[in-house]
Amino acid sequence: MDWNSLLLMRYELGLLVLILLLVIFEIFSGKKQKGGLINLSIILFAIFTAIGFIPLEEGSIFGGMFRTNDMLHFFKGTLNVGVLILLLQSADWLKDKVVDQNKSSEFIVLLFSSLLGMYFMISAGDFLMFYIGLELATLPVAALVAYDTMKRDSAEAGVKYILSSALASGTAIFGISLLYATTGTIYFDAFADVISISNLSVLGFVFFISGLGFKISLVPFHFWTADVYEGAPIPVASYLSVISKGAAVIILMIIMFTVMKPLMPVWNKIFYILIISTMAIGNLFALRQKNMKRFLAFSSIAQAGFILLGFMSVDTLGVTTIIYFVAIYIFSNLGAFGVVQAISNATGKESMNDYKGLYRTNPKLSLIMMLALFSLAGIPPLAGFFGKFFLYAAAASKGYYFLVFIGVVMATISLYYYLLVVKEMFLTKNDETSIPYFESRPLMKIGLIIASIGILVVGLYSPLYDYIYNISSSFLNL
Amino acid sequence: MDILTLFVVVPVLTVFALIFTKDLKQSRVVALIGMAVQLAMSINLVFAYLKERAVNDSIMLFTKDAMWFETFNIHYSIGVDAISVLMILLTSTVVFAGIFISWKINDLPKEFFISLIILSTGVFGFFISLDMFTMFVFYEIAVIPMYLLIGIWGSGPKEDSAMKLTLMLMGASALLSVGIFGIYFNSGADGGPLTFNILEIAQVNIPLEAQKLFFPLVFVGFAVLGALFPFHTWSPSGHASAPTAVSMLHAGVLMKLGGYGVFRIAMYLLPEGALHWNDFFLVLAAIGVVYGGMGAIMQKDLKYINAYASVSHLGLVLFALLMINKVSWTGAIIQSLSHGLLTALFFALIGMVYGRTHTRDIAKLGGLMKILPFIGAVYVITGLAYLGLPGFSGFVAEMNIFVGAFQHDDTFRRVLTVLVVSSIVVTAVYILRMIGKIMMGPLEYPKGVEMPTAAWYEKVGLAILMIPVVMIGVMPFGVTEMIKESIQPFLERLL
Repeated sequence: MDWNSLLLMRYELGLLVLILLLVIFEIFSGKKQKGGLINLSIILFAIFTAIGFIPLEEGSIFGGMFRTNDMLHFFKGTLNVGVLILLLQSADWLKDKVVDQNKSSEFIVLLFSSLLGMYFMISAGDFLMFYIGLELATLPVAALVAYDTMKRDSAEAGVKYILSSALASGTAIFGISLLYATTGTIYFDAFADVISISNLSVLGFVFFISGLGFKISLVPFHFWTADVYEGAPIPVASYLSVISKGAAVIILMIIMFTVMKPLMPVWNKIFYILIISTMAIGNLFALRQKNMKRFLAFSSIAQAGFILLGFMSVDTLGVTTIIYFVAIYIFSNLGAFGVVQAISNATGKESMNDYKGLYRTNPKLSLIMMLALFSLAGIPPLAGFFGKFFLYAAAASKGYYFLVFIGVVMATISLYYYLLVVKEMFLTKNDETSIPYFESRPLMKIGLIIASIGILVVGLYSPLYDYIYNISSSFLNL
Repeated sequence: MDILTLFVVVPVLTVFALIFTKDLKQSRVVALIGMAVQLAMSINLVFAYLKERAVNDSIMLFTKDAMWFETFNIHYSIGVDAISVLMILLTSTVVFAGIFISWKINDLPKEFFISLIILSTGVFGFFISLDMFTMFVFYEIAVIPMYLLIGIWGSGPKEDSAMKLTLMLMGASALLSVGIFGIYFNSGADGGPLTFNILEIAQVNIPLEAQKLFFPLVFVGFAVLGALFPFHTWSPSGHASAPTAVSMLHAGVLMKLGGYGVFRIAMYLLPEGALHWNDFFLVLAAIGVVYGGMGAIMQKDLKYINAYASVSHLGLVLFALLMINKVSWTGAIIQSLSHGLLTALFFALIGMVYGRTHTRDIAKLGGLMKILPFIGAVYVITGLAYLGLPGFSGFVAEMNIFVGAFQHDDTFRRVLTVLVVSSIVVTAVYILRMIGKIMMGPLEYPKGVEMPTAAWYEKVGLAILMIPVVMIGVMPFGVTEMIKESIQPFLERLL
């Protein structure tokens, strides 16, 4: 085996080195240096992110178990940007609350381990690698969800998450074993050639999709979402809703569009129902939420429904719109979670009613929040509009006009609850109980600014879309 | 930079400049300068257009095209004909006047002007676009600032009205987007590439089934903004709650986007669909005209009266567009212009009265002409112009519409036309009753309020709007000739 070919795993090896470095630094750093260690890890990760965008050749190693191509590079880079924003936004929380408990760098190590799992998951060339990646991505997050040891909710959320994700993983691997029974292979490439529609393969597929549906929190696999988001520390909630969901969507897309393509007549119908139920349930439950984390949890369920619209078009258009929307969604949702985080850091308030008159006390924060929410709602000229419009276009290109119709109606409903937050911030007058003015710290500011730039630029800057289109056109022939 | 893109660039620059202003004085001056440039450019555009039209007979002039999203064949494609030129002029006039009317806005003035100008950016962009995607983007940009404008600076049940208005309009745009997809994915029916460009789609024969399916979506999507019955319910409460300048801009300009979109997209791109659905929507439009008038008679709040009157008069625009002939279409365009100016005038005047008396209840007002001579006089003139007195723009518009409508000799259209003509009488009833009560008769207004006569900025604001009303009324031929020439290619698609 050629050692150079190991360089195809640049992302994975790089992140592994980073994790080990952090562990070593952690051992040799005193209590006072822990805060500096957080800054150091952010800087290292920023460098790592920047390096990640250097082009890399395509290829596969370990007999096709691990493969990589331009689209996966791009997507790993996007995930890195998301994690970087997330680290910037959570740095203050780590320094204020977690350093005292002497477990700040463990947080970052666990986060990176989970990210490593996602790399492996989306680069997987067979179901075994996929499953290992999935588990590596999930287990550290369970620890992270329960990270607020002083809070009962957090521990409860951790238990809920680990139990339901164990069930989901079990379901998924059961599905995989049934699929293996019908085809006799676990390699993606060989799989697509031999799989055909039979009772057993459909059954296996249904178990498999239930497992992944859990990660993306599709209805009816969404019950854990709101409770876990509410109990988990905010950075973890935003990690779950943005990075974890994004990566799961991508691997789902890869498997659906290549491996399961022969089953398309079956899964098309399943997705049709999943899309409508996910959008509808997510939206209807979001209408009445008052806690910002629960609110964003249900909004992210609804967003997952919109992402699935892209799955109705199994061609380059579908691939492109899904990746494009996930990239946009990362920026938009991190913008919203970032503001929630900033306010929670400064005041500990997380309820929608606490945001009343926020514009008059903290205009910049509320503007970023408005940008993020409008982007999630799909208002031009923000990125979310373009993302959603192209998702609709992908579904409409295959003649699913009714589905698009449901989608746009749901988008209008979603606008209602996004406007409720805008209403609290801008329309309601502030009084003595509202949040007073506070200055965010530099790292938080940088995190919010990067997210806002993403929201403003990614949509209008059309070459990005065309670039994604070009790199994903080769992907379907894997 | 080309002459049309500037119409989007100047407001955007104005918004950036506004971000750095500190107080009311600075921000209104900046906004005023920006919009004055815009108005000057619009007037210049009219002359440039006439000059270019003499030598160039393509449908759209000053066209520019730049690729935007290559994979979807989305372009930033712009161009104007006489109708868009006049609409742009109307918009910049109303916005310019609106800034004078908002001269004393106290609460968050910077944000107010920023939202107002973002709204107008959307409107300008909409009128210059030739690409459905770009048009749709600008359309939504024009709608969303309304939420903040009504919600923050409005009065009465402003939060609910703002929410209702935003959701109904965004819901309409949702329908519209499905319709746009329908057109887009059928634009390759003749074997060409898929396109969003209006002029290119007009060369394609979209299959009849698709036209029948998507016409109602596109039509309703736009017509909700044009207050089509029964989707007009956002309009009265929204207008009543909105601050003065926003009511002016919204009723005066934004609602025109509806009629313009119906004309430019729905009927032009889906002509067979339009003919198929013609009778159905004609009935709705006719109901809207009469219903709006009747609604206005029953109201006691000045703004509600005007809002229902807008439903009635804009119903007339849709009615005239659905009558499909040259005269009625000319009337529809002039009615859009005329109603835009007159309703802006009305809302400005109501704002002035309300600003002084703090009530809009006509039962509590009377004889104001005696202490507010300028405002009173303009009020009376506006009212008379509104009900179609010869010499003002309203007459020219309604004359054309009804003459055009009577050219059809089938019983169905005759009956509808007769019904709609009766709205002239209804209009006279509510306008004269309103003017008679609040301007004439014994002096009556809430105690303890100051009643200063019109300030200079109020007079300027009213004058800016009044001049074109009289100009169209006295010399309609220049405008009608311009419009007739531009209507022709659109009309040919339907005949």
